[in-house]
Amino acid sequence: MKKLLFIFIFNFVFLGKALALIEVDITRGNLDPLPIAVSPLHVDIKSENSAGIKIKELGDNISEIIENNFRNTGLFNPLKKDAFVQKPDIAHLKPRFEDWRLIKAQALVTGKLLIKDQKLKVEFRLWDLAAAQEMTALAFTTTPSNWRRVAHIISDKIYERLTGEEGYFDTRIIYVAESGPKNLRIKKLAIMDQDGFNTKYLTLGNELVLTPRFNPTNQMVTYMSYFRNMPRVYLLDIETGTQEVVGNFPGMTFAPRFSPDGKKIIMSFAKDGNSDIFTMDLETRVVERITEHSSIDTSPSFSPDGKYIAFNSDRSGLQQIYVMRSDGSGVKRITFGKGIYGTPVWSPRGDLIAFTKMHKGKFYIGVMRVDGTGERLLTENYYQEAPSWSPNGRVLVFYRETKAGEKGEGFTAKLWSIDITGYNERKLSTKTDASDPSWSSLLSK
Amino acid sequence: MTLNTNLKNIFLVIFTTLILSACSTAKKSADIEGDVYTGKETVEYLAAGVPDRVFFATNKSSLTTASRATLRKQATFLRKNKNLNVTIEGHADERGTREYNLALGERRANAAKDYLMTYGISGKRISVISYGKEKPVNPKSSPLAWSQNRRSVTVKVN
Repeated sequence: MKKLLFIFIFNFVFLGKALALIEVDITRGNLDPLPIAVSPLHVDIKSENSAGIKIKELGDNISEIIENNFRNTGLFNPLKKDAFVQKPDIAHLKPRFEDWRLIKAQALVTGKLLIKDQKLKVEFRLWDLAAAQEMTALAFTTTPSNWRRVAHIISDKIYERLTGEEGYFDTRIIYVAESGPKNLRIKKLAIMDQDGFNTKYLTLGNELVLTPRFNPTNQMVTYMSYFRNMPRVYLLDIETGTQEVVGNFPGMTFAPRFSPDGKKIIMSFAKDGNSDIFTMDLETRVVERITEHSSIDTSPSFSPDGKYIAFNSDRSGLQQIYVMRSDGSGVKRITFGKGIYGTPVWSPRGDLIAFTKMHKGKFYIGVMRVDGTGERLLTENYYQEAPSWSPNGRVLVFYRETKAGEKGEGFTAKLWSIDITGYNERKLSTKTDASDPSWSSLLSK
Repeated sequence: MTLNTNLKNIFLVIFTTLILSACSTAKKSADIEGDVYTGKETVEYLAAGVPDRVFFATNKSSLTTASRATLRKQATFLRKNKNLNVTIEGHADERGTREYNLALGERRANAAKDYLMTYGISGKRISVISYGKEKPVNPKSSPLAWSQNRRSVTVKVN
């Protein structure tokens, strides 16, 4: 009888386990990342060296990119390949689940790569090892030069399947690349893939450029430039390289951002010692004044529905964050904590505002609800500011500077990212020093 | 009455001198008074005895007594050189967010411009540009360097 009961319970537990698909909870800090095995992609050997492409290498590279993406989320723990028990081709057809479970993997990614008619065909499958079943499968055909993007798109699909949320791997970051001594800095606009590859410089460094930001379709960038020593807001078409002034006001225009529909640019305009917030319609060129106050009003950021604007103002004495309707009415201060607050940025989900806080000589990146409640400081440092959201609203990228010595030595500026849970703080790899990051939306949407 | 005022003034001057000398002995090493740089280390001159810059307290754009004295010297100099135009560059230290600092630099430069205008210099002769925290004169990360960087600098354009 006792034995029977035991078997019954065992079966029940086993069944329960078998039915449950793996889920990764990303709403709290994940201290126990999910062990995942990314098998090397099986390469159709007949494709080797066709179209001059080393396809075996490509297969290894793609699986490495997927692995890195997962590792960088902090939510997954990609297992070492030398422990893998099955050949890629066989695993891709149907893995021996119990063997993979032995190495403590909970999810397995397998794939296949071939070249046909000069096109790269990539297939992948995601397996739930505990439930012994396929969770998702997809195939892409693309030009071989797109292989990095394919790896990112696969990563996004797997992330979505495992977390229930959109991924953020097939994205780019635009930023300001910095070089030279601290008091003679050379700054260029630069763009790179989210994982630090494919860096391209968009300006030459002849003039000072600051605060680039993407439009919703990632084709245009608005930024501030000191071209001809006239600090103004500019618009740049990334594909064509065309640049034009949009904030040609009789004074400095700065702190630009796009409206969520991409039709307007919101920015500050400084004249006679006073900075206010304006919008410009990119099609009609109609300029609208949004704030009118003798204080400094700057760093405006729209809510994703376009109905509200967060900004910072020193109208109460020191910098604080305010929210108003998009026509400038109903201005309400939302920060009352100790310290001063700047750079509010509305989350793409609409539920949070990220900000920079300065208090007692320290700088913090934090998030709060849009009414200012629920403030959470994610990271404290000597100097850091300018958070920008990943398109799924889970991760913030910002820049951090280090202390400089007598001649400016020891000074660096780097991009960092952190989960809104406060976990997984890490430095992004950039070719040069970097600041003012802006994260694109998903490129393949 | 006049004598009385004169006496008062003399006392005031003596008193201020006493305070200033007390301060300078107390804080001479730092060259900072109430967060504002008072030294000469980074200062350049538009002409003999005409300093080119004034300094500000953290997050402030108000002019100190010393700044006003410097700007009056600049005004006198500009009155004597009628064909000379200037640009006033406004700067902030590195301990603030970039965008706010751009606005703050603009406000500081305009504070200096407004003061020159009250001393009879036409606004047409003065242009203003803010560099925010982008062009520190002293690259060090220290309270002294920051106080030297919180400045507005009057630069000859022609």
